[in-house]
Amino acid sequence: MLPFFASSPESLPLIPAFLGNLIRPLPLLPLEFALAGVLDHIGKNHPHLLDRLGQHRGKRFGIAPIDLPIVFIVEAAAPRPRLTVMRELPDGLDVRISSSLANLLALLEGRLDGDALLFSRQLAIEGDVEALLALRNAIDDARLDLAFEIGSLFGPFAELVERLFGKARDVALRSISSPRGSE
Amino acid sequence: MIELICPAGTPAALRTAVEAGADAVYCGFNDETNARNFPGLNFSRDELGEAIAFAHVRGVKILVAINTFPRASAVDLWRRAVDDAVQAGADALILADIGLMDYAARRHPDQRLHVSVQAAAANPDAISFYVGTFGVRRVVLPRVLSVAEIAEITREIDCETEVFVFGGLCVMAEGRCSLSSYATGKSPNMQGVCSPASHVAYEQTAAGTTSRLGRFTINRFEAGEAAGYPTLCKGRFSTEYGAGYIFEDPVSLDATTLLAGLRDAGVTALKIEGRQRGRAYVEGVVRHFRDALKVLEIGGEADVARLRPFTEGQATTVGAYRKTWR
Repeated sequence: MLPFFASSPESLPLIPAFLGNLIRPLPLLPLEFALAGVLDHIGKNHPHLLDRLGQHRGKRFGIAPIDLPIVFIVEAAAPRPRLTVMRELPDGLDVRISSSLANLLALLEGRLDGDALLFSRQLAIEGDVEALLALRNAIDDARLDLAFEIGSLFGPFAELVERLFGKARDVALRSISSPRGSE
Repeated sequence: MIELICPAGTPAALRTAVEAGADAVYCGFNDETNARNFPGLNFSRDELGEAIAFAHVRGVKILVAINTFPRASAVDLWRRAVDDAVQAGADALILADIGLMDYAARRHPDQRLHVSVQAAAANPDAISFYVGTFGVRRVVLPRVLSVAEIAEITREIDCETEVFVFGGLCVMAEGRCSLSSYATGKSPNMQGVCSPASHVAYEQTAAGTTSRLGRFTINRFEAGEAAGYPTLCKGRFSTEYGAGYIFEDPVSLDATTLLAGLRDAGVTALKIEGRQRGRAYVEGVVRHFRDALKVLEIGGEADVARLRPFTEGQATTVGAYRKTWR
């Protein structure tokens, strides 16, 4: 089992700026298509994921990684959530969330505590806090494993991709493994 | 051996707490009968039944918090919660309201009852009343007592004591505080939600982050300055004497260094606050205290800095346990 980690101001690494610059000119549609596939897969594997959202189903969450030149909009719609990739967050979203990509992915897997990120100012939020809390609790309860979810899109190569993604995640997480981490 | 009582706001967090070394896990139903009635949190009846089965197979107890105060027009909601928790096989009910305690004691005389911290039972007379009248077996002591006072109370009463060792630090008379009700119109004590998310707003500007609760600005944090929950008791206010924290700084309780004293005081169980927190918090904090208790047995000292990243304001205190201000 992978470790959970406490957050700290110098915790997970940022995406290097040159990688962000490489991504900047790329078209967004292929990425959106791939991520929609992952989200679709998560929806199928976790059919009750949205149950905990209650009245907040259908709300639109804008997610802005501080170390990428792109943003994501997730609409928590039943039966499956929808995802859009854009260059910047539009107006009219219910919630806006901002942090490093690594923090956001770790939150998605429940490996970091959202309140701790907020306390250490590594996470910034605006908008409907009730909807955000409901989403956070729903995701935390789902025990998502992104390596598995992504890997399973690759058919016969599923196991290989899962292992590669899992290794990359291990390296990123262990780079902050310290006495304050909680293995 | 002193017991470790751990929080769980979701079934996944409960499993995490069990796997990390909890002796018992406390949780509540997904309604206003418990004091952590937050969106997306808590257990349905089915989830509680499954959680109890999961825990019992592993030798872990489940304590169900029904620790808000019933509204006059809706007492049945709380009574149903008592009946359903008993039916599900809860090892103990954590109750605050005297009428609900009476109902539980009469209706389910064999059910183990604990007095919630929300009852603010802070002296031997009050606790003895609960023991004598309702047969309660344990009291969760308010976070306003020193270790010496805890020792004195524990000696004088005929039930077990449980004390908080980590997490959010409520310095008010718990179950009586109306600050959040005043600001939002929703009661922590009757609806189970202090600083409800529906009334919380964050604003990000170049100057930093501003947190608001209802019409009140709670705090403004500069970039990089550690933050806390948007509760009035931890607000930073401007007055004619300057700006500062009036009731309490944004800080979390950490009694790691006091474990030996609490054990010597005769405390039966140590409680970790935080049903509203994620699995990472539950795992990290539970494992820390499990390790700390092992170290305590061999006379060593636990790492006190380990939990700071989880804390409000990235800072810890031993609170009233060591009352240096008296």
